[in-house]
Amino acid sequence: MSRMRERRWRGPGGGQQPSPALLVALVLASLSLMTLDAQAGGPVDSARRAVGEVFGPVEVATATAVRPFTAVPDWFRSRDDMQQDLLRLQAENSRLRSDLATEDYDKNRLDEYDGLTAAARSLGTSLVPARVVGLGPSQSFSRTVTIDAGSDAGVRPDLTVLNNDGLVGRVLRVTRTTATVLLIVDADSVVGARVGRSMQVGLLHGRGVLGSDGRLDLELVDQTAVPAEHDTVVTWGSEAGGPYVSGVPVGRVTHVYSSVRETTQRAVIDPFVDFGALDLLGVVVPSGTASDRAVIEANGTLR
Amino acid sequence: MTWLRALVAFVAVSVALVLQVSLFPHLAWDGIGPDLCLLVVVGAALVRGPQFAAVLGFAAGVALDLAPPADHLAGRWALALVVVGYVAGHVVQRGSRQGSRPGDRPSATAVLATVAAASFVGTSVFALTGIVLGGPVGIPELLEVIVVALVWDVLLTPLVLPPVMALFRRIEPDRSLA
Repeated sequence: MSRMRERRWRGPGGGQQPSPALLVALVLASLSLMTLDAQAGGPVDSARRAVGEVFGPVEVATATAVRPFTAVPDWFRSRDDMQQDLLRLQAENSRLRSDLATEDYDKNRLDEYDGLTAAARSLGTSLVPARVVGLGPSQSFSRTVTIDAGSDAGVRPDLTVLNNDGLVGRVLRVTRTTATVLLIVDADSVVGARVGRSMQVGLLHGRGVLGSDGRLDLELVDQTAVPAEHDTVVTWGSEAGGPYVSGVPVGRVTHVYSSVRETTQRAVIDPFVDFGALDLLGVVVPSGTASDRAVIEANGTLR
Repeated sequence: MTWLRALVAFVAVSVALVLQVSLFPHLAWDGIGPDLCLLVVVGAALVRGPQFAAVLGFAAGVALDLAPPADHLAGRWALALVVVGYVAGHVVQRGSRQGSRPGDRPSATAVLATVAAASFVGTSVFALTGIVLGGPVGIPELLEVIVVALVWDVLLTPLVLPPVMALFRRIEPDRSLA
């Protein structure tokens, strides 16, 4: 690809008079690129992968290099040991909170015979730890991040990504050393979800907004079911376990809008995950996946 | 030595791209960071004129469209940066034709104004292609992104544009031979 660009550059040189033909050619090239990319599995996908193989490791190296500096503000807030305590307590807190959040769901699931087998199946998974090394800017209007685990670490497309607060997203595509993750707040993201208390299923749509407005919209399949505020929403998951595994906490219902005319219920979900401050993530892989790093097993041990 | 110039330009764009993706999200406001690739293209436009800048804009845009974590339709940033390079180069040429002779260094005000205009045009063209292609983008969010990106780009101009322009001036072919 770079050879092609060099040949293009040789043409215009540094000429003073702009030629409209060149502009038209470049605009047409951009438009045809869009057309090519619109069809799935086209040549653009392999180009994306090739560019990702080159830029992925560079992004990982840059993120590793700047990580000590992004932590600098923390040094002024507290001493090292206090920082450690804080991190440990935060982790414990979020674990307890997610335990509490899924309590309704767990209770319901235990009641059902089906739920038991699903729980047993979900024990057969493990987590590949990964760090966020690149974020797309908001100017691109898509919410995706690069993580530093790729096919070498056992990651492949359509795997669930979560952190200790809840569901983060799913893997879109992988290179050898990196993977691109679609966040659930992206406007294109659709997640099958279940209200923990009532076991009603529905679909969660992202709004494409980060930060405090980063909410999700829940549309229930059963139009007559009304989710209550503060109900917890977890993933629904499919039989094959992909793209989202079941029972991962997603968020809490904050508002319920009902339109009598259209007889639909729409609930707004506040996600548990802070998408503005993503760092350490886990990719859910089948148990026994070969990986280039330590894998966290279902019982909490490292392998 | 054309291939060397192309290589230097490509490295400049790559460095801008990696910093934009891996460093500036830590400093970003509401997820909106500076467009370093756009600044490099504007720097090229100010030194080398619209033709070179449009071609460099296309290359930088394609890189921005394909490098992870990009997931939007490829070609959108390419189109936006081609327009940015062409417009920025054209504006500067127009300006230099009126006053000083071409090749003179543009004033700081002219550089800032060009960056502001380029940032507005670039983000808007990208957003407009999204709207044309049917992406769900709200107008308030759109305006916020355009304004904040413009402020970021203007703020970073004093840091980024002088070295970029010096670099492109250094690899510029001798005008007396051209």
